[in-house]
Amino acid sequence: MSRVPLPYTQKVLDLFRNPKNLGKLEDANVISIAGNPACGDMITFYMKINDQDVIEKISFESYGCAANIATASIVTEMIKGLHVENAWKDVTWKKVTEEVGGLPSVKFHCGILAVGAVKRAIRKYYEQKGSVPDWLPKDFTFEEKQALEEEELAKKMSKRLKAAEEN
Amino acid sequence: MVENVKALLKAHENLKREVYLDNENSTVVPREVLDEMLPYYSQKGYGNPTLTHKQGWEAFETIMESAQKISQFLGAKILEEITFTPGETEANNLALMGAAFANKQKGTKIVISEIEPINVLHVTDLLKKFGFTTTKIPVDTEGFLNLEKLKEAVDKETVLASVSMANNEIGTIQPVREALDIVKDKNPETLVHTDASDAYGRIPVNVKDLKVDLATVSSYKILGPRGIGALYVKEGVNVDKILEGQIGTQKLWPGVENTPLIVGFTKASEMAFQDFGANVARMRKTRNKLVDGILERLSDVKLNGAKGDKRAPDNANVSILRCEGEALTIELSLKGVYVSSGSACSRRLLQPSHVLVAIGRKFSEAHGSILMKTTRYHTEEDINYVLEVLPSAVGRIRGIVGSTGVD
Repeated sequence: MSRVPLPYTQKVLDLFRNPKNLGKLEDANVISIAGNPACGDMITFYMKINDQDVIEKISFESYGCAANIATASIVTEMIKGLHVENAWKDVTWKKVTEEVGGLPSVKFHCGILAVGAVKRAIRKYYEQKGSVPDWLPKDFTFEEKQALEEEELAKKMSKRLKAAEEN
Repeated sequence: MVENVKALLKAHENLKREVYLDNENSTVVPREVLDEMLPYYSQKGYGNPTLTHKQGWEAFETIMESAQKISQFLGAKILEEITFTPGETEANNLALMGAAFANKQKGTKIVISEIEPINVLHVTDLLKKFGFTTTKIPVDTEGFLNLEKLKEAVDKETVLASVSMANNEIGTIQPVREALDIVKDKNPETLVHTDASDAYGRIPVNVKDLKVDLATVSSYKILGPRGIGALYVKEGVNVDKILEGQIGTQKLWPGVENTPLIVGFTKASEMAFQDFGANVARMRKTRNKLVDGILERLSDVKLNGAKGDKRAPDNANVSILRCEGEALTIELSLKGVYVSSGSACSRRLLQPSHVLVAIGRKFSEAHGSILMKTTRYHTEEDINYVLEVLPSAVGRIRGIVGSTGVD
């Protein structure tokens, strides 16, 4: 098995041990998922966004490693109470990585996935609402693209597995 | 980065018990082995074994006596059939590359199983660049080689076949003799190699009975020091050396022999084979207790690999559904229980263990796998402690997962 050393930071360890805003949110009006169980890396965000487009409540579930759990958890803390526009603009994977005190480079994708899931949630919110604000870019952001790429990889892996089984 | 590790280690203060089960990846070295090794650093035999002075001759004598002992443990004919290498990785590289290069005129096809260790799989990938092609033989859901497919795959162009005796991840013991007979029936010229690292010290390994041409064994897999292993090369079998340098006492591996490590490997072998039956019974007993206890205490758990006598006596590998493996290894570590996982997250790629995928486990099952190996030193109390902390650790990780990641 190929491995790399994973010296997680104190903050990652703290969030892994005591994740904030964990679990389902019963009154969520937006639920977004990113990642795929095939990659062993998947996040669900539950959000309650109010009429003023403010993220009133947010929680998460994570099927992934300590970095996945920690980045998902910190994202909920970073965007709770923010207007969705600010959440969209302020939260990047680099900031998320900084907030957890840094991540080993092989774990950058965890933070990227978490931010991808948030952006996906915000798009979904406006889709549900039936109005798209001007500030929301039509093109996918880096994080959304990366999340898609990871999901595509998972599909390919599953396909390859099925093909191998059929042979 | 170092500061981070310090914080991680600090989180482990005040552990009430520690149980080390990651014997796949590294082990403790018993005091008796260290005591045997230490004098060779400063008191005797610390010379270069090729040189003409007392310390060199002492080293030479020690290395030859060690090779003699290892050759006996393996059932080899003469000590010259043993080449010490810096480990299993190097021995497998030497076996595959060395045999392929030296016998290229006989053919360029290689046959291996799908579940060979990385240090075999990746060598065959590398050999592509030198014109060799490799067929990977599938295994069934317990990890047993498909012998029909093996028969189909071997032809007059096949230069080399390599099948591990016991799989390093799932412990499945292959019918190596039967498989290699099939190979030799189809092509008597094909050289056969087995990586016996996970079989040595656990099940009888006799190269003469197995009729193998090449066999790998490793020191750290039997509680010896890391950095030393050996390749058995049957007398008369042509193997090229794969590294260049000053040739010492061994024609297939250049450089200065590491006498203390060779001594440690030999002592670890002696300890494994002294009371072999009792040692194996001890690891089997604690392993069974561990596996039975896990299956009893946890829901949605599957044992990976073969059952009963067809499984290496130390190997426990389970898939815990709705539980991500890397997260679980950390949670268990914080409670003093050390295991490894076949999860992609504990590896560089987003791909889980190729062995678990080959036996038909779903990706989520592979990501939720943990691998543990017992040794003769584990006690019932150790296993009781693991079984005490495991359910709550799994419960906490499953609590984070919720309904996410269920496929």
